[in-house]
Amino acid sequence: MDSRFLTASDAKARLTDIVASFTDYSSKHLPDDVVERLREMSEAEHSEFARIIYDAMFENMDMANRLDRPVCQDTGLVQYFVRVGTAFPYMDVIEGALQEAVLQATQSAPLRQNAVEVFDEKNTGTNIGYRVPWIEWEIVPGRDDIEIYMYMAGGGCSLPGMAKVLMPLEGYEGIVRFVFDRVTTLGINACPPLLVGVGIAGSAEVAAKLSKKALLRTIGSENPNPRGAMLEKQIRDGLDAVGIGPGGLTGAESVMAVHIEHAARHPATLAVGISTGCWAHRRSRIRIHSNLEYEVLSHRGVAL
Amino acid sequence: MNKVYLTTPIRDEDIRDLRIGDIVYLTGELITGRDDVHQRAIKQGKALPVDLAGKAIFHAGPIMQEDVSQSSGYRVISVGPTTSMRMDRYQKEFLEKTGVKLIVGKGGMGPKTTEGCVQQCAIHTVFPGGCAVLAAERVEEVERVEWLDLGMPEAMWVMRVKDFGPLIVSIDTQGNNLFERNKKGFAEKQEPIIEQINKSVDFLH
Repeated sequence: MDSRFLTASDAKARLTDIVASFTDYSSKHLPDDVVERLREMSEAEHSEFARIIYDAMFENMDMANRLDRPVCQDTGLVQYFVRVGTAFPYMDVIEGALQEAVLQATQSAPLRQNAVEVFDEKNTGTNIGYRVPWIEWEIVPGRDDIEIYMYMAGGGCSLPGMAKVLMPLEGYEGIVRFVFDRVTTLGINACPPLLVGVGIAGSAEVAAKLSKKALLRTIGSENPNPRGAMLEKQIRDGLDAVGIGPGGLTGAESVMAVHIEHAARHPATLAVGISTGCWAHRRSRIRIHSNLEYEVLSHRGVAL
Repeated sequence: MNKVYLTTPIRDEDIRDLRIGDIVYLTGELITGRDDVHQRAIKQGKALPVDLAGKAIFHAGPIMQEDVSQSSGYRVISVGPTTSMRMDRYQKEFLEKTGVKLIVGKGGMGPKTTEGCVQQCAIHTVFPGGCAVLAAERVEEVERVEWLDLGMPEAMWVMRVKDFGPLIVSIDTQGNNLFERNKKGFAEKQEPIIEQINKSVDFLH
């Protein structure tokens, strides 16, 4: 069927189905880069506790796959980071489709009901709430497709999150201190080995947002600035030397990776944000073309 | 490291000699209770709908699915531990009020809870975080649910479990605290490391 003839409502239904299956699947299978990294890290651990934890993790992933169940009971608040091409023909229906998709996946997976309305303090029971699912938009000129990152922001690994504005003379030294302090205190309860996302910018909200975007990057990727890449490596090696280990029970290593994203700052501010992802890092990525064919980019060889 | 099998009701003598790092497997009744249950029981002073004396409480918010073939109407899909430190504020009073003997959660709890464990002869243990299907497979039956008005994650789910574990003892009845000890070690270790990194990050002009 030629998609040029899809009505808006047909396109919405099709998009909803794709994203719902993608979200359902992502709750049950960790992305390839995370599984590979965990395997690598597991091989480096020989102490008794570390072995108990890694063995449980891999057995759990295996069972989730076999029984078709969410890897972790906390399927988070669902967040979508959408990069939409300006020539994508169904711009109007994306937001509605993403909301529908969450409803659908909540039933099918099933996902845990996690949306609690602020002030009313009521769980909506649907994973839909005011401004939830949270959607972040990026416009990509000259493309006719969309790319969606899905992230399940669990409670445990959202707890260490923080942003603050340093005074410039605190320097990058202040940033290093801030990251270490969060990861070696609250971070040990957030299901390590963590993926550590750091944002550096001119104000708190930009730094916070960039720290979350840092979690979307593939493990093994680097900050484009050589100093940024070096700092990522230094903090990672440094945290590893602290020896947090899986579950915070000590071990040979600490983190899956440290990713830093940055934006130019104000001369008078040096803002830093941190977001952490637990080992069960449910972050996935899909590209949907203008004819609504799709490819899952985070999990090899997956047809939804 | 000792390996111990416990069955509810748990008596003081069953756990008194356990030490941090020991591993426990639990059989019997395990009841979920997290932020809202602690808030209701302690801050609001409400009577608990489940007798927790000698039993085990699980800091967990499960995924449950309606299932008419079960007597409770539910079966468990995934049920891993949640971050225990959130319950630190009321855990001590909760132990006093209920007579719970075993806490199952994830990560550490602070000095106040530790004090509660010593006074009430109770222990805190951790199940491997994120391993929710593994945990669900050790649940024999969801017996019933209370306070469901709090929503699925916050309700009290009464589950019958068999050889539920591995549960690593993180606070023992003597007041030893595994995660506080680890945290202290990490804090000491990180100082020279931060100092070393900070020699090479003076990017300001």
